[in-house]
Amino acid sequence: MIRLRVNGKPVSLPEGSVVAAAIALSGLDATRSSVRGEPRGPLCGMGICFECRATIDGQPHQRTCQIPVRQGMEVSTDAG
Amino acid sequence: MTADAVVIGAGIVGAACADALSTVGLRVAVVESRVIGGGATAAGMGHIVVMDDSEAQFALTHYSQQLWRTLSPEMPAELEWDPSGTLWVAADEEEMQAVAHKHAYYVARGVNVEVLDAAQLADAEPNLRRGLHGALLIPGDSVVYAPCAAAWLLARAQLRRASLLADRVISIGRHSVHLTTGDRIESPNIILASGAWARELLPAIPVRPRKGHLAITARYPGFLRRQLVELGYLKSAHGHDTESVAFNLQPRTTGQLLIGSSRQYDVTHTSIDAPFLARMLRRAIHFMPALEHLRVIRAWTGFRAATPDSLPLIGPAPGREGLWLATGHEGLGITTSLATGRLIADAIAGRTPAIPPEPYLPARFPQ
Ligand SMILES: Cc1cc2nc3c(=O)[nH]c(=O)nc-3n(C[C@H](O)[C@H](O)[C@H](O)COP(=O)(O)OP(=O)(O)OC[C@H]3O[C@@H](n4cnc5c(N)ncnc54)[C@H](O)[C@@H]3O)c2cc1C
Ligand code: FES
Repeated sequence: MIRLRVNGKPVSLPEGSVVAAAIALSGLDATRSSVRGEPRGPLCGMGICFECRATIDGQPHQRTCQIPVRQGMEVSTDAG
Repeated sequence: MTADAVVIGAGIVGAACADALSTVGLRVAVVESRVIGGGATAAGMGHIVVMDDSEAQFALTHYSQQLWRTLSPEMPAELEWDPSGTLWVAADEEEMQAVAHKHAYYVARGVNVEVLDAAQLADAEPNLRRGLHGALLIPGDSVVYAPCAAAWLLARAQLRRASLLADRVISIGRHSVHLTTGDRIESPNIILASGAWARELLPAIPVRPRKGHLAITARYPGFLRRQLVELGYLKSAHGHDTESVAFNLQPRTTGQLLIGSSRQYDVTHTSIDAPFLARMLRRAIHFMPALEHLRVIRAWTGFRAATPDSLPLIGPAPGREGLWLATGHEGLGITTSLATGRLIADAIAGRTPAIPPEPYLPARFPQ
């Protein structure tokens, strides 16, 4: 199992999962918010729409549907 | 059905024509085959910019910019009106001389402008690379989100009884247009505002599609304050090379950055040309190295309607009674749309226009 944190909350899930799955497992349905503060989350699941962005290990605007989870990752959904 | 005027196309130019024509009391019908503002209008940067390549271009952009400014207090928030100004960036001494020329030109015509030296430029936009020579600041330029502006102008016209038809004009007859449904609209005035598609209905029109690419980033509030354009842009825009790119960077009110610009003739496919897009992005990074670390979230293309002399076609179509042209705005149609609407409405209503209309008359080209 891979252990990581989403907004500080510990989540564990099988190797090969993507970060979007970890965010969902942590209980959130949004990975970021729109200009007007509406929730936004994965739409296409294949790296095209850029809706699933979140900050991973300090790097903003990463497509969480494309990035596999790694041990000790810090994911944050605070950015826009 | 009948109308006092039929407008073909609901891009920013058609919408501005509908707005102006309904203001002078005409009952307008607008025909749009796709999405309101979904053509070049959705693809463009929405930079409302005063330009000085020729007196005629200055007159049109300056007049139109004043019209935009007058409208701005009424604009709904989704038009993202932003009076952020333009910095024309000089990369060398030769371009700094161009800055001095432009400065004198604009001052003589009452436009507020300011010359920045290298240090002032670095201070104004800290993310630009060092070693640039300065810039010309035009504080009165602004940005608008053009597809929403088109929808808004059209909604204003609809309040003045204009009607909107979701259909395609398949041919233009004498005082009538024919639609795919088999219906006809009879009207003494037909305004062709179909942008780069104008040749489909009028094959002899001197308009050539000129493709452009744009890219937009995620939100980085504070990264950029004003629209930056390299002075070399003028070579790219006004040269008639088959291909060119130039650094053109725009801050959006959302904190996003719109990255342009590119020009390609004789390309008809709408898909993204990845090597060419890369060339455009490299040009931007050359001026602003920090861009390399930002995230582009979308890229797209659009077609400008280019004419041989880089001025639009506004006025009666030679030899076609009742047909008016409002196209050929190349890379300035968002800026010059409002003036276009006024010139067409003034001509139809027999009013004296605010600027001389002659330089834009289609009759300047041999038939
Ligand atoms: C990459 C790029 C950047 C640009 N940046 C700027 C900028 O910063 N500032 C600026 O001022 N300008 C800019 N422009 C130029 C500007 O976008 C255009 O000049 C302007 O949008 C043209 O508007 P239009 O209404 O003439 O054309 P369009 O917006 O193309 O509208 C034409 C409409 O006609 C409709 N139509 C076509 N044929 C028919 C038919 N037979 N029946 C019914 N409807 C029909 C189409 O569906 C379309 O909606 C840019 C252009 C591009 C491509
Ligand atoms: S869900 Fe579309 S890019 Fe990730």
